[in-house]
Amino acid sequence: MNNEIKPPLWILLELTHKCPLECAYCYNQLDFAKTKDAMTKEDWFRVMEQARVMGAVQLGISGGEPLLNKDVVEIVQKANYLKFYTNLITSGVGAPKGIVAKLKEAGLKTVQLGIQSHDRDTMTLITNNKNSFDEKMAFAKEVKDAGLQLIINTCITRQNIHQVGEIIELAEKLGANYLEIANIQYYGWALKNINSLLPSQEQITEARKVTNYYREKRKDMKVFFVVPDYFATRPKACMNGWGTTFLTINPDGIALPCNTANTLPLTFPNVKEFSIEQIWNESSAFNYFRGDSWMKDPCRTCDEKEKDFGGCRCQAFALTGDMNATDPVCIKSPKHGIINKKIEDSVIHADDKIIYRNRLNSLTFM
Amino acid sequence: MKNLNKKIKINPNFQFQWEDKQNCYVLLYPEGMVQLNQSAGEILALCDGNNNIENINKILCEKFELEDLTQDIKSFVEEAQNRNWISYE
Repeated sequence: MNNEIKPPLWILLELTHKCPLECAYCYNQLDFAKTKDAMTKEDWFRVMEQARVMGAVQLGISGGEPLLNKDVVEIVQKANYLKFYTNLITSGVGAPKGIVAKLKEAGLKTVQLGIQSHDRDTMTLITNNKNSFDEKMAFAKEVKDAGLQLIINTCITRQNIHQVGEIIELAEKLGANYLEIANIQYYGWALKNINSLLPSQEQITEARKVTNYYREKRKDMKVFFVVPDYFATRPKACMNGWGTTFLTINPDGIALPCNTANTLPLTFPNVKEFSIEQIWNESSAFNYFRGDSWMKDPCRTCDEKEKDFGGCRCQAFALTGDMNATDPVCIKSPKHGIINKKIEDSVIHADDKIIYRNRLNSLTFM
Repeated sequence: MKNLNKKIKINPNFQFQWEDKQNCYVLLYPEGMVQLNQSAGEILALCDGNNNIENINKILCEKFELEDLTQDIKSFVEEAQNRNWISYE
């Protein structure tokens, strides 16, 4: 079995779960307040070295808000020295003054900046931070002025789905090299807030039409559009298959095959106790969903199982209570009715109040 | 061809390097990687801002004991430019 395991290509470091924003759709687990910033600079250096030796080439630096970690410049510098391609994934809010130029100097390749709206009030509604709009605009400018590549990530919910055209225009004005318009996936805080967030099928169709219109006009900025899997007929090939490509390390030092995997009833190893190679190749958690022997019907006998690997394990567990079940977004799933019910509920309870992603709310989920 | 004498460099948003694990040259970009075949890798390795198509041809012909690769290099460079991997100085 071990000979068949391909090395990880993509490593994501979650430097901290602290964040100045309280986005309603955050994928961090509901009980994030219990994670501690337990990794020292040397710990991060060590895991980067170990992953690089295995052949990893892409490094994501994320959080929470990674710029709140005082070692972030040195981490980028080390990553660049190791010849990783470095991606900073940031809110752009609360960034220490002058840090963008320092990151550029340290060898940062690209900045992914989350922008929720072209409109200040909508941005505040989603992030629960009234300074976020102005700070993000200033940060985007700083990124471009430093000569860094700018990728704008826009998470789409009912609050901003009608603004897709304006958001594309804003991204262009800010000089974005890429724009990713991603309908959010419903995990963590997003699942908690699904009644307030989930757009309708009609809204998604319209947003996609608008995106295609602009995509034709704006050839120099690449625009991606990700549909929410609730309105698909088959699940997504989550993480390109469990333990095939991605490895996330959270602020506690816990290694995960995807950002939300610690919502599953599995025990994940800590990089302070094991090397990345041991974790990737030998840990039971990383081997658990490799291959297809874990699958149940309808996945086990499905001729598309090589294509989507049974879909997302976190979603299967969150919605059916069985992490080995077929992802219920698949219309072949016997539990697909759960998805239809979620969609119906989101219409009936459309006025539910948003529960913001913050420490106080997180404590109530522990 | 007007660009024949201009020096070529890799777009700074990409990162080009040899990868032992892949046993090939790769080109990295946001969240992605292109694994390059030998000829593409050898050409891109020379797109360091110091060479034009003529130099690249000369160096590679000497290295691989070949007569003339100008056409192959030209068509690769054109494709690479379309993909925004490289630009002329």
